[in-house]
Amino acid sequence: MNARPDNTSDQLPKDTSNSTGSADKAGSVGVVTPEKIHFAEPLTLECNRTLQSFDLMVETYGTLNDDKSNAILICHALSGSHHAAGYYSVDDKKAGWWDNMIGPNKAIDTNQFFVVCVNNIGSCFGSTGPTTINPDTIDQTGDSEPQVYGPDFPLITIKDWVKTQAMLSDRLGIDVWHAIVGGSMGGMQALQWSVDYPNRLKRCVVIASTPKLSAQNIAFNEVARQSILSDPDFNDGHYIQAGTYPRRGLILARMVGHITYLTEDAMKAKFGRDLKSGKFMYGYDVEFQVESYLRYQGERFSKNFDANTYLLMTKALDYFDPTRDYPSIQLLDSAAAVQLEDSIAASINTPKSTLEDNLVSQDDSESGNHQELTALKSAFAHTKCQYLVVSFTTDWRFAPERSQEIVNALMATGKPVSYIDVDAPHGHDSFLFDIPRYMGAVKGFLTAPFMTSNSITKGERS
Amino acid sequence: MRMDHQLAERWIAPHSHVLDLGCGNGDLLAHLQKKRSVTGYGLEIDEDKINDAISKGLSIVEQDLNDGLARFADNSFDTVVMARALQAVKAPDVLLLDMLRVAREAVITFPNFAHWQNRIHLGFKGLMPVSEALPYEWYDTPNIHLCTFKDFEQLCAKHDIHILSRFAVSDSDKGPSPLMSTLIRQAPNLLADVAIYRVSKQKSV
Repeated sequence: MNARPDNTSDQLPKDTSNSTGSADKAGSVGVVTPEKIHFAEPLTLECNRTLQSFDLMVETYGTLNDDKSNAILICHALSGSHHAAGYYSVDDKKAGWWDNMIGPNKAIDTNQFFVVCVNNIGSCFGSTGPTTINPDTIDQTGDSEPQVYGPDFPLITIKDWVKTQAMLSDRLGIDVWHAIVGGSMGGMQALQWSVDYPNRLKRCVVIASTPKLSAQNIAFNEVARQSILSDPDFNDGHYIQAGTYPRRGLILARMVGHITYLTEDAMKAKFGRDLKSGKFMYGYDVEFQVESYLRYQGERFSKNFDANTYLLMTKALDYFDPTRDYPSIQLLDSAAAVQLEDSIAASINTPKSTLEDNLVSQDDSESGNHQELTALKSAFAHTKCQYLVVSFTTDWRFAPERSQEIVNALMATGKPVSYIDVDAPHGHDSFLFDIPRYMGAVKGFLTAPFMTSNSITKGERS
Repeated sequence: MRMDHQLAERWIAPHSHVLDLGCGNGDLLAHLQKKRSVTGYGLEIDEDKINDAISKGLSIVEQDLNDGLARFADNSFDTVVMARALQAVKAPDVLLLDMLRVAREAVITFPNFAHWQNRIHLGFKGLMPVSEALPYEWYDTPNIHLCTFKDFEQLCAKHDIHILSRFAVSDSDKGPSPLMSTLIRQAPNLLADVAIYRVSKQKSV
């Protein structure tokens, strides 16, 4: 499909004063051109499958300095792309998805930094993904048409993405990033970078993110996936070959996702119970403004996104767990480990009602929290960068408490970390808004003198 | 350089791990990092001050001190510092004990409500004191738990908290004159408007 990256609503809030006219282009990075970079080396993924080669779509802004020390990597979120800033032509009305963050004199100042944004594999904006040709289907005899990967594209994890981004760093000759910055799913990539390649970044900015998805987060993702999977036009993911498209499924998936990006208050302020035609129609057509809005957003999204990519992205979210290589159970003392195993064993043989009681019991949740903290501490123990963690007060998709889990684990391991909880009304979407306090903190963090004394780990403290 | 900052520095060992409660724009923490090579964090609630401190390269975490220090494990720090915030929290006694749970030692400064100027305000004028150290009117003051040196020392005694050092000062950019310093040593609860205490649950550190 290789659709032109479109700024879907979670990537560009409608009611911001985001650059839309030519007058605003003066304050942006201007007209930009993406570049496709080919990697001929095989890439083995966490799922144990291998891509023989792959492409990454990349945009860069600003100039790399001589010692290559001013590079900042931007990681995109679920529906994002490499087009983070600037315009594709002088007539282009729509700026990149993070244009209010990245540009001359902006929080990520392109006068000072060389900014790189990469479209992740598995996406549908030009990097290798479900909509690109599967090389295994290229018939040398020319008897059959080559096919796109479609549902045969391997499932990707955040860790895989970080690996490809590290390969890109090598290609660009950037040994150490000045900073790696991301919001939401992009924040997960930044966090994973700090764990997997501790020597390759000096600063890590994790915005509106989480150390891992909660059961509720996974539940919403599952509804989105089922919407797509149950669409008759999905054809087991071979819709391109079948000449169909699971438009309705993708619209539904987007609608449910979109609700989680906003807040009740924001919806109330924007739509209330306003009716489109001013009266009840006693039918199932669009009546309330909020229905109209959701359908419009879903429609728009379905035209610019790929269903297999959406499935893959939500799974990458669900799988995210930076502690996976650092199992917490090894860190517990043996008695606690036995107790934990006993409780798991007991719960399997327990009647369902009792199990449900157990699920919400205080003790369990406390020991669970403790285990989470221990696992995170273990994952963060060898990190070497400074962190800035940002949450937004009204974000209920990845609530401030989730960001604080990251902060607490970093502080418990003596790592340099700053944290702000920004008061903003836009829910999860807040990370895409131009909020002075938020932008100011990012700018200040990126340009602050590097406190080397504070980056020397004093070891485990508790 | 504020007097109490300068004095706090004396009691912080080089390379210690420090928690600064109500760190403001991070001046003290930056000073300690430079002079004492400390590591650590500042907790602050004021948005502008947090951003200011972050831009100095400090590790600053947004937190309301009224929420307590439950996020920190026992003995996570060598020293916890709290400059002029004790009187502004909802439960100073609980916080004080929590500070000595997360650190071996606490360095605390607070304005002395028994300072002679305050006594004049209240005793003769019949008005709530307003001074350099306490610049607020009674209706808009964040200082909801003002105390005197004596009050603080009684609280320490009640909870078996040992006062390792005490330094009473007059709040002035220049510091007090030599004569004033001598007099303050004689009658701190009357003459000093700010005190710095170093306290611990252990007798000697």
